Amino acid sequence: MIAPDAKPRLPRGVRLTHNTAHGGWVLLAPERLFKADTIAAEILKRCTGELTFAAIVDDLAKTFTAPRERISADAANLLNGLIEKKLLEL
Amino acid sequence: MTAMADTWALAAPIGLLAELTHRCPLGCPYCSNPLALEGREDELDTATWKRVFNEAAQLGVMQVHLSGGEPGVRRDLVEITASARAAGLYTNLITSAVGITTRTMRELWEAGLDHVQVSIQDSDAVSSDHIAGYRGAFQRKHALASEVVRLGLPLTINAVVHRANITRIGEMVDLAIALKAKRIEIAHVQYYGWALKNRAALMPTRDQVDHAIAQLEDLRRVHRGRIVIDAVLPDYYARFPKPCVGGWGRRSLNVTPSGRVLPCHAAESIPGLEFWNVRNHSLGEIWTSSPAFNAFRGTAFLPEPCASCERRETDFGGCRCQAFALTGDARATDPVCHLSPHHGLVVELTAFLEDKPYSYRRM
Repeated sequence: MIAPDAKPRLPRGVRLTHNTAHGGWVLLAPERLFKADTIAAEILKRCTGELTFAAIVDDLAKTFTAPRERISADAANLLNGLIEKKLLEL
Repeated sequence: MTAMADTWALAAPIGLLAELTHRCPLGCPYCSNPLALEGREDELDTATWKRVFNEAAQLGVMQVHLSGGEPGVRRDLVEITASARAAGLYTNLITSAVGITTRTMRELWEAGLDHVQVSIQDSDAVSSDHIAGYRGAFQRKHALASEVVRLGLPLTINAVVHRANITRIGEMVDLAIALKAKRIEIAHVQYYGWALKNRAALMPTRDQVDHAIAQLEDLRRVHRGRIVIDAVLPDYYARFPKPCVGGWGRRSLNVTPSGRVLPCHAAESIPGLEFWNVRNHSLGEIWTSSPAFNAFRGTAFLPEPCASCERRETDFGGCRCQAFALTGDARATDPVCHLSPHHGLVVELTAFLEDKPYSYRRM
């Protein structure tokens, strides 16, 4: 789980970018890259270190008119995977 | 060479390996540079690299690996890095740490560098300097790695593994953790160029490799969440070949110091290939039309047993350079594959190990 007041951020060396030739959003990281689907990209765009996890989930729930619990679970799942790979900090 | 791209959809490349120079103060006997090294007088200038990076970004390339030789010997390294970043590329510096001062590292940080990979030769200082053929190299790696971390840049330690250090993989991971690296690459030597020349002195035994692979799982479990451990496994003892560079002319390009564009860093070892140069062609033209890139694209050129193998779109018949080096035919199935009619050559080679002095890589 991720604490509601934690402020997730992409550290130096991890960048979200849009690449037309490869048809979408890509998370660039040390010697690897990950294709990000629309939902993942929307979550990662908000990981600037300024918003709390709770605020990110609220914003996504509002923007996409989706159940808050489900968004919270999906976002935590994505972010925890990145934390383990050292690609996200809290 | 006949173009083989007819039945195969050409995708955009992802990565570009920029070999800024072949000059290097170290003499590692497994260096991946070719035996015939290119001299300083033939190196591309700053403006040409800048153009190459812009063309690469237009082509779809996302990551550039600034490598060598030792990229730190280029006096324009900071400017080159800034131009790659300005082109929108993710910039990765691959260095031995010898030749890059802490001041240059600060300037690289300001130029927007994204990631630094520092190679280590061993966890033990004496052995490390012996393998590098350079006294004092080990100490300099510590100094640069700590500056990288202080600046907040992500650090990867690249540990090249062979017979002289394969028993110290655990210690090398400990060293990487002590240096505050986020990631370590355990890279077993691949036998091309200088490494092939030194193969008998470098190659570990089968037992050592099996033990190292088992140990990797333990290390990943023990250090989970602390450091990411990636591994490049040795292919001589594998059952199937590696999908070299993710398939010939499929994902990446390699630009040599003098501007020749290769599908992989060892491609010049295959005779008869026509490489184009960024001095005469745009990178886009080279990617789509250079004879060398089209020589082994797709799988149509592959003979049996690959032609009817269900793995042919997975490993593309393995490595063309290795097929040529061992069988004399670059179209052959990589003899590392246990299904190759030439697999006996690999078995024969691995039976011959000899402790003799290294033939150091020198210009």
